[in-house]
Order: sequence, then C-alpha cells, then structure tokens
Amino acid sequence: MSKKEQIAGNVANYVDERTGAAKWLKKNLTKVFPDHWSFMLGEIALYSFIILLLTGTFLTFWFDPSQNEVVYNGSYVPLQHVSMSASYASTLHISFDVRGGLLMRQIHHWAALIFMVAIVAHLLRVFFTGAFRKPREFNWLIGVGLLTLGIVEGFLGYSLPDDLLSGTGIRIAEAIIQAIPVVGSYLAFFAFGGAFPGHVFISRIYTVHVLLLPGIFLALITIHLMLVWYQKHTQYPGPGRTEKNVVGYPLMPVYMAKAGGFFFIVFGITAFLGAFASINPIWLYGPYTPGQISAGSQPDWYMGWLDGLVRAAPPLETHAFGHTISWNILIPGLIIPGILFTGMALYPFIESWMTGDKREHHLLDRPRNAPNRTALGAMSLAFMLVALINGGNDIIATHFHLTINGIMWFTRIGLFVVPPIVFVITKRLCLSLQRADRELVLHGRETGRLLMLPHGEFVEVHEPLSAEKIYTLTQHEQNAPLALPDVDQNGVRGATGLKGKLRKRFSVAHAEQVPSPTLTEAKAIEHH
Amino acid sequence: MTSDIQKFEDPGLPEHVHRKADHDENAAKAAEKKVAILFVISALGTLLLIGSYYFVKSTTFIFLPIMGDTNAQQLGIGAGLGIALLFIGLGAIQWARTLMPDTEVVAERHEFRSEDKDREDFVATVKERAGAAGLGRRSLIKRSLGLAVGLVGLSPLVLLRDLGPLPRKYLSTTDWKSGTRLVLDPSGRPIKPEDLEVGAVAQVLPELPAGTERTLENIGKDAVLLIRIRPEEFNLDAERLSWTHEGIIAFSKICSHMGCAVALYEQQTKHLLCPCHQSTFDVTRAAKVIFGPAARPLPQLAITVDSEGYLVAKQGFTEPIGPSFWERSS
Repeated sequence: MSKKEQIAGNVANYVDERTGAAKWLKKNLTKVFPDHWSFMLGEIALYSFIILLLTGTFLTFWFDPSQNEVVYNGSYVPLQHVSMSASYASTLHISFDVRGGLLMRQIHHWAALIFMVAIVAHLLRVFFTGAFRKPREFNWLIGVGLLTLGIVEGFLGYSLPDDLLSGTGIRIAEAIIQAIPVVGSYLAFFAFGGAFPGHVFISRIYTVHVLLLPGIFLALITIHLMLVWYQKHTQYPGPGRTEKNVVGYPLMPVYMAKAGGFFFIVFGITAFLGAFASINPIWLYGPYTPGQISAGSQPDWYMGWLDGLVRAAPPLETHAFGHTISWNILIPGLIIPGILFTGMALYPFIESWMTGDKREHHLLDRPRNAPNRTALGAMSLAFMLVALINGGNDIIATHFHLTINGIMWFTRIGLFVVPPIVFVITKRLCLSLQRADRELVLHGRETGRLLMLPHGEFVEVHEPLSAEKIYTLTQHEQNAPLALPDVDQNGVRGATGLKGKLRKRFSVAHAEQVPSPTLTEAKAIEHH
Repeated sequence: MTSDIQKFEDPGLPEHVHRKADHDENAAKAAEKKVAILFVISALGTLLLIGSYYFVKSTTFIFLPIMGDTNAQQLGIGAGLGIALLFIGLGAIQWARTLMPDTEVVAERHEFRSEDKDREDFVATVKERAGAAGLGRRSLIKRSLGLAVGLVGLSPLVLLRDLGPLPRKYLSTTDWKSGTRLVLDPSGRPIKPEDLEVGAVAQVLPELPAGTERTLENIGKDAVLLIRIRPEEFNLDAERLSWTHEGIIAFSKICSHMGCAVALYEQQTKHLLCPCHQSTFDVTRAAKVIFGPAARPLPQLAITVDSEGYLVAKQGFTEPIGPSFWERSS
C-alpha cells in the first residue's frame, strides 16, 4: 500500500467509525443516472441558483438597503450632488467604485434571468414527457412552488436598487395590493409602513430577498433533489430500457465529472454575459421619485406575461355601496395568474383522473405519443406567449411601426382565439407524427435510391430500420378510453352525473392515437 | 387487442462501442494532453482576472462593437473569470468523455409501495400509540389543544400589526387646498399663466408652508401636470371649463390605473399617455380614457390666479387621486 492510500484509508476509517458512511456511499457512488441533454435543464437552474448565492453574497458586502436620503458623490459624474436613497447610491458605488462590482451585479442579474428560463424549460420538459406522473407528483408540486417563488424573488431583486424603473415596478405592485377588496389599503399600508413609497419597504424586501426566500429555496431544492435521488431518474424509452430498470452512467466518476464540469460551464458562460452584455444600467434611469417615469417601462421577462395581461385588461371597475372593485387590476393581476398556477399544480392529478391511470411511470413519453397532453401544454404556452407579447407592446410598436392599439386588440382577441387553434394544430401534428412513425416502421426509411424494375416501373428502395429503432418507435402503450358505464349496477343512469360525463369525454380525447404498428402487421406486409 | 398480435420485441441494450482511447495507449495520451491544455487555459484566465484587477485603471474605456464603450477593468475581470470557469468545465467534461469508463450501467428499480405487512404494522402501531395517548377518548384535551394551537397560530396577525399605520383618510386626500400656489417641480418657483406657452406642459406641486419638507409620499399624491392649449379646443362642460384658466388645465399626474406618472404628452393629438400600461387620456375632454386599462379619467384640479397673478388651486381635488381602492366611493 502506498503512503497516499494509507492516509486516505486512515481518514476514511476515522469518518466511517463516527458516521457509518461507507455503506451508504458504497451504494450511492455507483448510483446510475441516465444521460440526455434535456435532463440538464434542471441542472442549469440549480447551478444558476448557486451562482446567485455566490454573487448575491458579494453584493451584500456593499449594498445598503435603506431609503434614507443621501447626496451622491461617487465617481459617476452625471449623478454627482443628486439626492437619492442610500440603496440607489450604494448600487452606483458597486457599479463604479468597487472593482468587479458591476461585473458581479451583471452576473447576478443574468443568472436570475437564466435561473427563470431554466426553470421554465425544465418544467416544459417534465410536462411534455409526462415525467410528473406517479410517483413524481410531489416533485411537480415543489417545482411549481419554486417557479412561483422565483418570480417573486426576481421581482424583489430588481426592486432593490430603488432606481426610477424599479420604483415604478414597486408602485404597480402597490396598486395591485391596494386593489384587493376589503383589506387592500390596509395591506398596502402595512407592507409599506404607511403611504407609498415610505422609508421601510426596501429594507423589508431586502430581508425577504436575501434571507427568507433563499432559505425556502434551499429547503425546497434539497427535497426536490432528494426525491430525484430516492425515486431514481426517469429515462427515455429505448432498447433495454424498461419501467423496472434505469440505464445510464454511474455517479462516480462519469456523472460527477460531467455534472461538476457543467456547473463550471454554466458559471463561465454567465460570467461572459456579465462581462460583455450590459444589463439593467440603473445609472441611466436616475433615482426613484413618484412624479417621474421613463418611457418603455418594462419588467423582466418572467413578469412580462403578467404585465401584458394587465395591459390588455378592459377598463372595468365597479362602484357600488360606497366601495370600488377594480376588475381591470384584479382579473389580470390576481385571478388569472391564480387560475393558471393552480391548474398547473393540479395537472398531474387531473390527468390521472382523466385517464384512470394510477400506475407508476419511469419511462418518459415521447410528446407525440401523448397528443392530448402535448396539445394542452402547447395551448397554455400559446396563451402565455400572447400575453408576453402584449407585455412589450410599446417596444414592439416602436420597433415594428405598429400601433399599440392594434397590438392590444390582437392580444384581447388572441388570448381567447390563439390557444384553441394551437391546441387543434398541435394535436393533429402529434397524430401525423405518429402516422409517420408507423410508416417508417412498416415500410422502412426512404433511401432516395430509385430502382427500375424489369417491366419498367420505378420504385424507391426503402431500407428497414434497425431493431433498436423499431422498438423505440413502437414501445409506447396503446391508450384506451376509460370504460365508464353509462348506467351503474343499480340501473341508475348517469350515476356520476356531469362529472362522469366530463371524465368520459376527457378520457376519450386523451386516448386518441394512431395504432402502433406490430410485428404481426410487419410480417403481413412482408408476405405480400 | 387479441393475443395473437405480436408486438415488436425489445432487442436489449445495443452492444457497447469502445473508443480509440480505450485500447490505444497513444490515443489515451493525446486525450490526456487535451484535457490538460483546457485546464491550463483556465489558469491563464485567472491570471487575466488578477492582472485586470490590479493593472487596468477603472477609468479606462474601450470600444466594443455592439456593446459600445465598455469599462476595460470590469471587462478584463469578467473575461478572465469566464475563461477560468468555462475551461475547468470543458476540461472536466472532455476528461469524462474521452478517458472515464463510458459503459452504460443498468440498475434495477423497486416499487415504492411498502409491503402489506409493513403497512398493517404501521397502522397498528399508530392506532396503539394514539390509543395509549388517549387521543380518541379524551375529547376535552383534544378540543382545548385545538383552541390553544389555533389561537397561537393567529398571534402573528397581532404581532405584525405595527408594520404600518392604518390608512384612514390618507388615500383620499392630498395637500392641495383652496388658494395653494402651484410651484414648479423641482425648482419650487411659483408659476404665472404667461410662463406657460400654448402647447407647453409643466409638472407642478403644491407650495408647502415654510419649514415643511417635501417627501416622496407628498409627491406620490400631489404631482400635477399643467397643460396649456387654446381655450377653444376644450370640449368641457361649464363646471369643468371654469376649473381651467386661459387654456391651462391641471390634472393629477398619478395614473388612475396603477399609479405610474402619466408623463407622455402628445402635443398634436392632445393625448396624455401612461408609459406603464398605455392608458390614454384626452386632455380636451377632461382626461377621458380613450384607450387602455384605466377605468377613470385623471382627476382634474380646479385652478385660477391669485391677486399677485400666480396660479393657485381653486379648491382641493374633489375625488381621491391615483389607483382605486376598496374605500373609494366613486
């Protein structure tokens, strides 16, 4: 035994005698992780979170979360001798007088945007491949929670510098709180410690932004990962992959090196973005005052859909019995987001109810093989995109020489018309892709080689697929609609009522599918 | 589906294809060298970072295409950091791809459901323990515990009460009163009608009594926009017309939708536009909403001139300014 091995052995012995870690580690160092590019989306979110913790800690060393008025005398000349809040002044200090400060601010902001993009992309991957199905519903719920908190955390983060743009965002948030029936003005006064903007809001959201929410994030992310670990990762279907196994690379060394390396790649690219791509140049906006505003006020992208909905809302308010209800704020600002996020959180349970499927699933669906789900997802996405477009209607209008009026009406109508159209098109597209798969399996790949038969006919040579490819294209389950009786055992018609009828219709829609080709069919064709 | 239909069979995992470096020692050496080069580039990146931190002046700017003038120090530090991190990652992944074992491994899955026996034992244990504690029988304890926990859970509502004062009449009032002078923001000078040409706009605030300091909260509800047009262009009823002075009309600058500053005035169309949600108000018709989500016109401030010829408020606002709230009556 070499000297090195001896030392390593001693250390391992010391730790194991106190923790019994060897047994657990032995098992888990060989834990298998399937490999696929789409499994890295969640990793990007995780790594961005770590980057946010690191750069955020750096920023706290100089940031002063206070709305006390100070006179700026740092090195940014245009704002010298201007009165502003300490929080804006310290952000300027970080940007101009701390070496690497601007870089860290920009990495932090870019990482936040990437964090949100990665969460959404990861969510879409999980949704479209059906990875949320039993036994992974808990992780879906945690994910929806992380997405929601991420939106809040991002909003609070860009509100902290107290510049003209972010102050306007806070003003809008205040208006949403104030619009809540009965308790709105009280909640607003409690949140702001009195009238808007007050002197305490920045320091309060600072605590929430750097302590409370990151703590909750850490806890939720930990549970999220522990569940992935414990339940083992899902895998894409393919030869040798079943519901009962998991095929991939062991944690040590391959997965460790790849995941660890990938962290550095994400960090490196974010650092490049921070170095080369300017983001949120707060010194151009000036300090916040409620009497001023800059044209083209825009939230970060993950809030854009919300702002777009608010912009599209019709001017509805009810005044009755000495009270006011602002539907133009409540519907787009609270009610629709509430419905969207609740629906998203409940989707695994809704789908399981529609299909009656209560089994465990570890093999992912190819999105085309679940046409109804894929179409539902595309439909929701279309709704969000239309809303997002309207969130930038002023920018789009000036860049593409359109009228804001035109974009607004496109949105108002589009929010209702585009999603159903997208649903129908996506579903047709999925079924067509299934048909294409069927064609491919039964008749092979078109080679582009033409062959002249002895009697003069030209035919294209088709090459049969490999057994592996055929299996991948045909392994998926054949859906069947729920066999729900119209009449129960006692002969009572429609015992389940409207709910039952709805369920039946959903289940039929969900089971719509092109029959997967079988070996029997392939043999029959061969015989011809 | 009948049983005589055969599905395609699973051919099993494809045979593993070995890489060149797996059996060729020279290829492995070359791969090792590549990984090492990537790590060395990373080290150079850190040197760039350190060099930029100490030796580039923070006042040096260099021109980059698309980006424009960029601070050279921040750029050097950032580029150095980016290279240092990125190439560690590239090296590690290159290492994993070329030299670490790439044979796929199969592990078995197990159902998560516990064995029936374990489940029964669990239920039995819980029942037994709960029974021993008397949870089912001692309803007095159960109820009083429920009361205690419920009440202590409500205590944050009390403890958080001092987060802020009650709104009372604050949202319904402003600092404008009959005779309050209009002063320019930010100079604080009072303003006469002749200071404002036709087509001009000015932001004004109420003159505060000497010794009072203006806060952002004041500005947040007092900010007023003065606009001067030709008097014949007004399309107002008699009362609202009497609130104007020689073609000068005054509106609250705080949007009636969500409180942003309504700052964009289109001189040609005489429209006021809020840049937040594009609510558009027609100045000639008492800021009637002609587009966008705002449900109410901007409140109009009645103005006139005092004995010295300065613009003053004829009276305070007759309705609350800014976004709606529950207690608002109209």
